[in-house]
Amino acid sequence: MWKVIIRRLLIMIPQLFILSVMVFMLAKMMPGDPFGGLIGPNTDPKQIEALREAAGLNDPWWQQYINWIQNAFHGDFGMSYTMKQPVTTLIGSRMVNTFWLSLLAMILTYLLAIPMAISAARREGSWWDRVLLIYNSVTFGIPAYVVYLLFIFIFGFTLGWFPTGGTVSPSATGFFPVLMSKIYHMILPAVTMALLGTTAIFTYLRSGILDEQGQDYVKTARAKGVTENRVFSRHILRNALLPIAANFGFVITGLLGGAIFAETIFGYPGLGQLFITAITSRDYSVITALILFNGLLALFGAMLSDIIMAIVDPRIRIE
Amino acid sequence: MVGDDLLNANKVTVSFLIDGEWQTGIYDVDLDIAHGEVLALVGESGSGKSTFATSVIGLHNPNQTKVTGSITLDGKELIDLPDEEQNKIRGEKIGMVFQDPLAALNPLMKIGQQIQEALDIHDVYQKDQYYDRVIELLNDVGIVNPQRTANQYPHELSGGMRQRVIIALAIANDPDLIIADEPTTALDTTIQAQILDVLLEIRDRKDTGILLITHDLGVVAEVADSVAVMYAGQIVEKAPVQELFENPLHPYTRSLLRSNPKAEQADDELYVIPGTVPALSEMDHHKDLFLQRVPWMQDQADEDISDDLVEAKPQHFVRGNAWKTFEFQDEKG
Repeated sequence: MWKVIIRRLLIMIPQLFILSVMVFMLAKMMPGDPFGGLIGPNTDPKQIEALREAAGLNDPWWQQYINWIQNAFHGDFGMSYTMKQPVTTLIGSRMVNTFWLSLLAMILTYLLAIPMAISAARREGSWWDRVLLIYNSVTFGIPAYVVYLLFIFIFGFTLGWFPTGGTVSPSATGFFPVLMSKIYHMILPAVTMALLGTTAIFTYLRSGILDEQGQDYVKTARAKGVTENRVFSRHILRNALLPIAANFGFVITGLLGGAIFAETIFGYPGLGQLFITAITSRDYSVITALILFNGLLALFGAMLSDIIMAIVDPRIRIE
Repeated sequence: MVGDDLLNANKVTVSFLIDGEWQTGIYDVDLDIAHGEVLALVGESGSGKSTFATSVIGLHNPNQTKVTGSITLDGKELIDLPDEEQNKIRGEKIGMVFQDPLAALNPLMKIGQQIQEALDIHDVYQKDQYYDRVIELLNDVGIVNPQRTANQYPHELSGGMRQRVIIALAIANDPDLIIADEPTTALDTTIQAQILDVLLEIRDRKDTGILLITHDLGVVAEVADSVAVMYAGQIVEKAPVQELFENPLHPYTRSLLRSNPKAEQADDELYVIPGTVPALSEMDHHKDLFLQRVPWMQDQADEDISDDLVEAKPQHFVRGNAWKTFEFQDEKG
């Protein structure tokens, strides 16, 4: 087991290197540099040149890359030009919001999708199965922002059940009221995200169950005299959950990435919203940091998925 | 060696619901197996051998399958048993060995766990005996290092080892009957012989009855006490093994034996039965269906015959009348 993990960690070193080079090159390809916007039209070009020299922008590209990556290692991604804050501080405060919202959405998604898949697969071809198949095709196909807007309109404005933006009500003071207010603000976006997000898990699990049901080892279990319920839980379901478990690594690292549409539309200040704001205001240092961060998350997600797979499936373990 | 009756199948007919219509897969099958007897059920693919085995163990999907007639094990009727009682029979009174040893084991469970599950369901052994019993079983089926194997996963074992494990599973609770559905088909010849030896050894020790389903006549000659030949869902001939090989009567049995390659005829062209088993919807079980595939006997192919087998010789039963006149074309003279 430890060998698998160490091997998997070693593979990440070249991956991380390639990722950082690509992000750096993208940043270099973006037009202009920070001094283009900071300095007025009357500034002496010589002064700008001096600033460029001081900032190291005239160094060879590899020297610049080394400087950048060294700073990144120390958590220094520079300043946000539009928000006048260190990028790290900006990301840090948003990440907490994003994490709790995504976590709630994820839990709700699994709570919805897994029972849906089990009940559909156990009654394959029934009207209930068909209803769930249609539901999952529709929620997958429909543009998410349409539903988000509709839900804000219905449950936020018309019925007034939930707030339509923000993370916490300004009037809340004290630990417990603030906590309740934060949860209250998360409910509508999280439930909406969960309702729209079941398709992948539902489809994987439902077809997994149907696949496993026909396997010979299930026949063996029945021939042993195992009861139908136990055949399902100990044999069919356990095997059908493998792809869901493998996907879990991506899902939990994805929690930190942020939901771009949901956060923007629900006015929820998380990383997804920050990303959109940074792109529209061309806040390059923030964009670069977020892309690097999401790339890192994807790499860690893949690693985590591989490790989970090795834990749950004995066939994967490398001796 | 062969004792009292263990399994009696009487007029067993199985129909499947296909596209909204009931179609008969096996028709009017009578078979008896005694304690300690190895009965081989032979026939080509699609003849209904496995369907019969599945009915004995009650594993058909009840919504799409109808089983009529009677199958009794030690006098207890098995058809239409409630699930709960069915589960008690399976794995405790009847053990089943499947064809494909890789697919028949759960890839995520250790060998020991899978055998233990069979013990856990039934009350034959107590919890504190489980581990010893697992080791004993693996030992019995000829696994050299049972402690190690119990702790391994199926993918870590060879095909022959896996088939031994499946047999260990089948005999975990000392069943009275083992149904072995093509147990050696997926294995190479040397391993085949070992697996058959394991089965025979269990039979000798525990007086277990064995229903051996196979299309391999070499296997039949080696291990069976008696043989039933199945064609298109019906038994066409049954006899003690030596009698059947020396004196085959039904045209199908004779064709099967003739199409089995023999070393002394290595230079001759191999006899091939033309055609295939008819589709379920085209089976008229009141006729001798095999005659459709004998071009020179078409005059008898449309004749209705009795459902019952005739005892042509003592202990030797055959269906229809064609056996009286059948000759291969090149032998007709």
